[in-house]
Amino acid sequence: MNDQLDELYRDIIMDHYRTPRGKVAVEAPDVHNEGKNPSCGDEVEVNLKLSDGVVEKVGVECIGCAISTASGSILAELVEGRPIEDVKKIAEIVKALLTTDVDLPEDRDYGDLEALKGVKQFPVRIKCALLAWVTMIEGIEAYERGEKTDAVTTE
Amino acid sequence: MSSAAPQTIETPLDARRLRGDFPILAREVRGRPLVYLDNAATTQKPARVIDALQHYYTHSNSNVHRGIHTLADEATQAYEATRDHVARFIGGVKREEVVFTRGTTEALNLVANHWMLHELGPEDKILLTEMEHHANLVPWLTVAKSTGAQLIYLPIDETYRLDMDKLTGLLDETVKIVAVSHMSNVLGTINPVSDIAQRAHEVGAQVVVDAAQSAPHLPLDVDALGADLVAFSAHKMLGPTGVGVLWGREELLGRMEPCQFGGEMIEWVTYEKATWADLPHKFEAGTPNIAGVAAFDAALDYLEEIGMEAIHEHEVEMITCALDRLRDLGGIRIFGPDTFEQRGSALSFEVEGIHPHDLSTFLDTRGVAVRAGHHCAQPLHRKMGVPASTRASFYLYNTTDDVDSLCSALQEAKEYFRI
Repeated sequence: MNDQLDELYRDIIMDHYRTPRGKVAVEAPDVHNEGKNPSCGDEVEVNLKLSDGVVEKVGVECIGCAISTASGSILAELVEGRPIEDVKKIAEIVKALLTTDVDLPEDRDYGDLEALKGVKQFPVRIKCALLAWVTMIEGIEAYERGEKTDAVTTE
Repeated sequence: MSSAAPQTIETPLDARRLRGDFPILAREVRGRPLVYLDNAATTQKPARVIDALQHYYTHSNSNVHRGIHTLADEATQAYEATRDHVARFIGGVKREEVVFTRGTTEALNLVANHWMLHELGPEDKILLTEMEHHANLVPWLTVAKSTGAQLIYLPIDETYRLDMDKLTGLLDETVKIVAVSHMSNVLGTINPVSDIAQRAHEVGAQVVVDAAQSAPHLPLDVDALGADLVAFSAHKMLGPTGVGVLWGREELLGRMEPCQFGGEMIEWVTYEKATWADLPHKFEAGTPNIAGVAAFDAALDYLEEIGMEAIHEHEVEMITCALDRLRDLGGIRIFGPDTFEQRGSALSFEVEGIHPHDLSTFLDTRGVAVRAGHHCAQPLHRKMGVPASTRASFYLYNTTDDVDSLCSALQEAKEYFRI
């Protein structure tokens, strides 16, 4: 039984939880969005500063469980320095990883994303792992439409 | 009304024996025996309640109040017999004062709807407490918004009880409604409702009581409580989901308008107008949850055979044991009174360093079912200073073994998360 738990709370996840990356303020962000899962109280704020279509700086502020916090931290680590089009692709890959049987593509290194796979053994926790990613992607879409977003949820 | 049902009170209650009456308690979760500690959310059902549901559909299924044939009569008899039973169960009230709803939430919405339409204006106040469940808070927010009435709150003190000294300053003739939970679903606090009701009546306010957490766990006498309207749910007291009760004083229910219209609730209808049926039917539009109501009768039988006093005593034993054991574990913050006096068995806490969701997932792998989140009380959690908490809640079939299972799983969790 600890096998499933260990898959969920891998050392990588707990490391991201205890020392989250991207916990920085981003001045005048181009992309700003907030996500909330009301039933559990998880909250996340994602800010991206763009430069020539590339994510120059990422800020992720999570108040929540180990899974949502770690997922936001992995996001921060993974998207900084990438072109926005690539970031959108990665977000789609994360959604597929968490909600379907599709594994990570082997085309390149996805950093610590692999560690999120254990969440699938605990279906009620998938929303925790998705929150930062969905918040970011909706923020990007709103930015591209030139609009502001309402807070999102993955519940 | 007929006299109170005979009660054969066994004290102490033999929870180990009662467990055998609940088929679900024999199942395993993730390879471990189920330890069900989410009773404040909903309780499990004894075989006789499950049998009653099946019996109804197998033998008597029909619609109520609108057929001449035998099945229609049997369905109506079963449905109305439960109404009589509820009337006895809550202290021997008139059967006309017992309205079936889908649950506490629907009952409280029905009440709030009345005051939304009538009787309240911008100069009026509605007094709530800081520990209300959203079901006894959001409907009043809506009433306040649409009528201009002001919401005021009786605060809780540092012992997680209502600060009764503040009541005097809040109550005056402008307060028209006092809506209060009898027992907090988060803190477990049992509130001094009869005291509050007496003082509310002195200024002419009506008293609405959310009894969702108390009706399953305490002897309930709505008249002695001094309430004007009381709401509770069957599924939190061994009955089926989708059945609730609104009790109200006949005079008050009589002048309340229905908020759902259609079949069942009318007296006479023409193409031009309609008149309403008498109490309680004017509040029961459409085909109700007949099977659920019929099976609720079996749940009430079960509770009465054990005796509500015995159930409460058993829970005092559970909560006393749980409070002691959690304190011994260390690193645990309890949200709620730290003694069993005037306290029910909902026990919310925080294990320092572990988010409630992570804790709840861990406990689930040990077969222990608890609630993690804000338990439909976001403002209260803000007051407590946490976004979420973990809640264990006990019932008549829980034993000290369950407390042991909870505590050893909590100890394991602390080690697992290296707290």
